[in-house]
Amino acid sequence: MIRQSITFIIISLVIFGVLYPMTIWGIGKLMPNASNGKPIIINGQLRGFENIAQEFSSENYFWSRPSAVEYDASSTGGSNYGPSNEVFLQEVSDRIESILQSHPGKTKAEIPIDMVTASGSGLDPFISLESALFQSERISSARSLDNDQLKQLILDHKEAALLGLFGPKDLVNVLKLNMALDNISPSLTNN
Amino acid sequence: MNTEILGVIFIFLLSLLLAWPLGKYMVKVFKGERVWTDFMGPLEKLIFKIAGANPDQSLNWKENMKALIVINIGFFILAFLFLALQSLHPFWNPNGFGNWEPTLAFNTAVSFTTNTNLQHYSGESGASYYTQLLVFCWLQFVSAGTGIAACALLFQGLKNKASEGLGNFFNLLVKSCTRILLPLSIILAIILMVNGTPTNFEGLQEVETLEGGTQLVAAGPAAPMVAIKQLGTNGGGFFGPNSTHPFENPNYLTNIAENVAILLIPMALVFAFGFYTGRKKLALLFIGVMSVLFVAFVAVSISQEMNGNPEFTKLGLSDPTNLEGKELRFGAAASSLWGVSTTATSNGSVNSMHDSHTPLSGGIFLLDMFINAIYGGVGVGFINFFVFVIVAVFIAGLMIGRTPEFMGKKIEAREVKIAALIIILHPFLILTGTAISSYLAATDQSLASEWIHNPGYHGLSEMLYEFTSSSANNGSGFEGLGDDTPFWNIMNGIVMLLGRFLPIIGPLAIIGSLAIKKRVPESAGSLQLETPAFAAVLISVILIVAALAFFPVMALGPIAEFFSF
Repeated sequence: MIRQSITFIIISLVIFGVLYPMTIWGIGKLMPNASNGKPIIINGQLRGFENIAQEFSSENYFWSRPSAVEYDASSTGGSNYGPSNEVFLQEVSDRIESILQSHPGKTKAEIPIDMVTASGSGLDPFISLESALFQSERISSARSLDNDQLKQLILDHKEAALLGLFGPKDLVNVLKLNMALDNISPSLTNN
Repeated sequence: MNTEILGVIFIFLLSLLLAWPLGKYMVKVFKGERVWTDFMGPLEKLIFKIAGANPDQSLNWKENMKALIVINIGFFILAFLFLALQSLHPFWNPNGFGNWEPTLAFNTAVSFTTNTNLQHYSGESGASYYTQLLVFCWLQFVSAGTGIAACALLFQGLKNKASEGLGNFFNLLVKSCTRILLPLSIILAIILMVNGTPTNFEGLQEVETLEGGTQLVAAGPAAPMVAIKQLGTNGGGFFGPNSTHPFENPNYLTNIAENVAILLIPMALVFAFGFYTGRKKLALLFIGVMSVLFVAFVAVSISQEMNGNPEFTKLGLSDPTNLEGKELRFGAAASSLWGVSTTATSNGSVNSMHDSHTPLSGGIFLLDMFINAIYGGVGVGFINFFVFVIVAVFIAGLMIGRTPEFMGKKIEAREVKIAALIIILHPFLILTGTAISSYLAATDQSLASEWIHNPGYHGLSEMLYEFTSSSANNGSGFEGLGDDTPFWNIMNGIVMLLGRFLPIIGPLAIIGSLAIKKRVPESAGSLQLETPAFAAVLISVILIVAALAFFPVMALGPIAEFFSF
């Protein structure tokens, strides 16, 4: 029984701990972009990952959803606040106030819910279409862009449900949208 | 129709649809019939040869249990040593992570050996790639294989006419790993990788963000590990927030694949019961009973999350949908479906933060784990369900004054006693643990502030959830709980061990005694199982057992929180 156990432990360790992951890793070599998490590399410089949210705090960019970990992709997570926690509700309320301040003319009822709730991973790459449209006036005035042109850009980045049938629809990838934004109005990029 | 709801229905139906042929295939594997994975034969023969084991030797329940326990002790010792001495690994540790604190290493080694995968650590900031693969990825295969093999022994016992041999645990363990878990994992890992789940050995990568800041991004060999953690009802994620992380679960397609993977083998084992024993109608009745409960729970959870948090409305927002702790690419509906799937099956992976769910949705997750047999964990779920069936048969027999029989075998005092003890064990572990921790937190303010993240009723739910998850070998958590302390590490570790092995040993003891009993020919006096009446009795037994034992604590936690809004 001991011999049987030790044999199985050693051989299974090699198969499932080494050979199996290395096989997948090897197959991954055939699709280097996907198996590296879809990195975005510009001029040899790693500028982000398609599915990992970045922090955007300036007036010139669309903002990602709030992150409980400050968009730290080396230590991720959610807030884990319960729905009735006073600290949590205060945080939401603070977010509402600061959003109203940076978006003059908007009302509380217009704020999309995803703009004031933190995602589970802290790295949600998407915002809702409503959230992007909500922010558009701020950005078009900060960048002196035509708001209709900006709205068109947002709509161009709107992602449909899977096959048009399954799952949430009308989401916008913030990083992709902001990169496209830099393309049409490059003067404001930081480099 | 709302695409979010449509997505949920699609995931559920697809799981059922795929589970049917998989169940058929698994039976062939258990019985040693010809299958397309016969090319694994030489490798398995090599294992048997070196092990000095005869795979065709059929053993009784005690000999099989001994084999199961000895090998699991081996799993635990090796895992503990690897974790406690992590810094000594010569390679695959690009971020230079150190040794684990002993109680955390104990908790985690138990957690992965018992197929629980409760994680008091965070993957990206504590586990080297060596640990992720040679401890976690490995154990997620062999612990799942242990459960599947135990379930196959149970099938054989139900089929026996009057003989004590249940088959060979070691043979079944090897084949469950090589012929069921491995091929499915490879397929799923590739699906994930194509969609952007990383499989590399880079350490932290430095990103220059669009705004000019710096972001450190952890990646690693995630795809192979995520695949087995979903399929083996393991749930031990590569990254801290598990499948909420965009690397572990990049889009809705991968969410479908991963959610189906949670349900697939547990559902398939119910069908496998039917194919193995030739009682297909009974298997359909079982899957029907489970599905009624499952669908009802999903409906409650989704409606709660979509109706959202009433506090949001009070703050002046127009849309109260509870998106705190959720990812937009899954939405509220798929987050609820996942939550119910993962708690019903003892998987324990998450695609939203359960701590942030609305009270009743969180309560549903607890209820799932109290029952712990709606599809259930790979192998052990059906074993747990079998215990409920024994009790239901006994009660139904008493009610109508007939001899309680299950599949032609008389259920007598010994079997009912064991079944009752196993059923009581689960609430005993959960409630005792929660009571001790609540008492400590109530008497020592500093402990309360160290442990509890959310005050009030929700704080009790956090502690209750942790013990429930341990006893059910689930592994999800109300992760606000500050659980990486010696108290939680040791208590949860002990609960996981008892909650894993006693509910395997007990039912197999029942099977051991049923297997040698002579079959009683069915007569007009026999209790007919394939009837709506028996299904109703079964559902009632399941709900009453869970409700009776747990209603008081539910009333103090989630239900009280619900009414406090």
